[in-house]
Amino acid sequence: MATAVQQPSDAPMILLEKVNKWYGDFHVLTDIDLSVKRGERIVICGPSGSGKSTMIRCINRLEEHQAGRIVVDGVELTNDVRKVDAVRRDVGMVFQHFNLFPHLTVLQNLTLAPIWVRKTPKAEAEATAMKYLERVRIPEQANKFPGQLSGGQQQRVAIARALCINPKVMLFDEPTSALDPEMVAEVLDVMIKLAEESNVTMLCVTHEMGFARSVADRVIFMDRGQIVEQNTPEEFFSHPQNERTKLFLSQILAH
Amino acid sequence: MTDSTISAIMPKPITGPLIWLRANLFANPFNILMTVLVVWFLAMSLPALLDWVLLDAVFQANNVRECRAAGSGACWAFIGEKHRLILFGLYPYDEQWRPMLVVLLLIAMVGVSCLRRFWTKWLAPMWVATLMIVGVLMWGGVLGLTYVENARWGGLPLTMILAFVAIAVAFPLGVLLALGRRSNLPAIRAICTIYIELVRGVPAVSLLFMASVMLPLLLPEGMSIDKLLRAQIALIVYASAYLAEVVRGGLQSLSKGQYEAADALGLTYWQKQRLIILPQALRITIPPLVNTLITVFKDTSLVVIIGLYDLMNAAKASFVDPAWRGSSIEAYVFVSLIYFAFCFFMSKYSQSIEKRLAKSQNR
Repeated sequence: MATAVQQPSDAPMILLEKVNKWYGDFHVLTDIDLSVKRGERIVICGPSGSGKSTMIRCINRLEEHQAGRIVVDGVELTNDVRKVDAVRRDVGMVFQHFNLFPHLTVLQNLTLAPIWVRKTPKAEAEATAMKYLERVRIPEQANKFPGQLSGGQQQRVAIARALCINPKVMLFDEPTSALDPEMVAEVLDVMIKLAEESNVTMLCVTHEMGFARSVADRVIFMDRGQIVEQNTPEEFFSHPQNERTKLFLSQILAH
Repeated sequence: MTDSTISAIMPKPITGPLIWLRANLFANPFNILMTVLVVWFLAMSLPALLDWVLLDAVFQANNVRECRAAGSGACWAFIGEKHRLILFGLYPYDEQWRPMLVVLLLIAMVGVSCLRRFWTKWLAPMWVATLMIVGVLMWGGVLGLTYVENARWGGLPLTMILAFVAIAVAFPLGVLLALGRRSNLPAIRAICTIYIELVRGVPAVSLLFMASVMLPLLLPEGMSIDKLLRAQIALIVYASAYLAEVVRGGLQSLSKGQYEAADALGLTYWQKQRLIILPQALRITIPPLVNTLITVFKDTSLVVIIGLYDLMNAAKASFVDPAWRGSSIEAYVFVSLIYFAFCFFMSKYSQSIEKRLAKSQNR
């Protein structure tokens, strides 16, 4: 493994330094600096197209950054495949559209990475998977296919799947925005419980401000590829500093 | 509205033969016209067909003249006389039990492979053993079997060997080509694209011709590849390019999210393809895939161009005999039925797979 050296506990879990990225001519990330402590919970919000998803997708290299440094638990992301693999072994991700594997059962979705990536014996992987399915409160669906579940259930399975690799970091990319309104709460409940019961580092792109208030240590506001403002939830919501933040908050909290 | 108990009962579907006829055959004027036309066509053609195939057909005769004198229908006596030439080509007459055994063995193995309960780790070794037995039976030269050079192989076993080997090698090759054409590595992508476009852009006949005429020129002096092997290589090359494009169609139909989820879980490139992408892509492409496999099976008959006596060419050879000249229709009907039996089986089997897969996902 590339992470031979144990990182001191005060070293940041995730470090972004002057990260820049372009899609063609479009400057999607501009000089992003971000340091995330171990166990910290961060909520990232901002208008559509502001680069929030792109930023967290750079952290497990679903997107490549073109300038600057990204270091995850002491491993710097470069073109070196081994380093990318090492980072992905420690980073779980939950997608907006769940991205469960439709040809595999729920249980097979959960045990896939433990068996093939971590080389866990099948029985052990299945026991772990059932434990996480109970945690997201759908153990009875283990042998169904994703297509037979509701959207909220699918997203909970996706969260359990990401947890099965025992990650140090969980990335959530708008986990509730593709859900029907009545299913948002069940997914948020699972995420809040996860934050309360584990010490996993969480980065969550979401517009669920109630979730931000109850879970986040820090709220980050992004606009036009930059981090415009960051603060504790109390300060962020009650005393936003930047004009763009104020405008955004007034828009999403208006109704 | 009051909240009284719901009293509506689901209406029973109205069925019956008259209603079925009305709905399916006489629903509207156009429908009625089509029904009348089809019935008229059947009334005109079916009796004639029945006469030719059965009632006026001749089953006993020594040559074509006796046949034609005895009845105006098909001369099935010709098939009785020549079926061994058609089925086994120029294979030595007294040894033809060997290719017969090969045909039965291959059919049995296909049957076994189609059954789910035999999908174990033993299936691949069983196929290897089967192909070795096929080789021993066809060539001989050991165990007291006389040696038969493969220039004398022919008929159904030759067609089956050409088709099975072509499909078995071309399928994995086609999958690799499809993956290569979507690779991030420019060199691999270019090679695969050029291969596919070149092969797909020329007729299969010219590929066979090139394999038979040009390949020997490219080889170093003194080295030669057997004619059968050259035909086999050409068929593999041809089939792999078509299969690659079919598989690529399936790969493109998967959402980007499937790739990203596999990447995020830390699967390697090959794990991702084998566990996530290909199972879904191949499932989607079963109909065009089987379509291509059927085409490959039938296109083995193009080896006639380089003088191999496959099933089709052996049939052609069978009515050259002056005593049976003019029996070409019977010969073609006979081999067509054999081709049809194989292709129909492939089609039906693929439908049963599709049904089972649809059931398992229950979407």
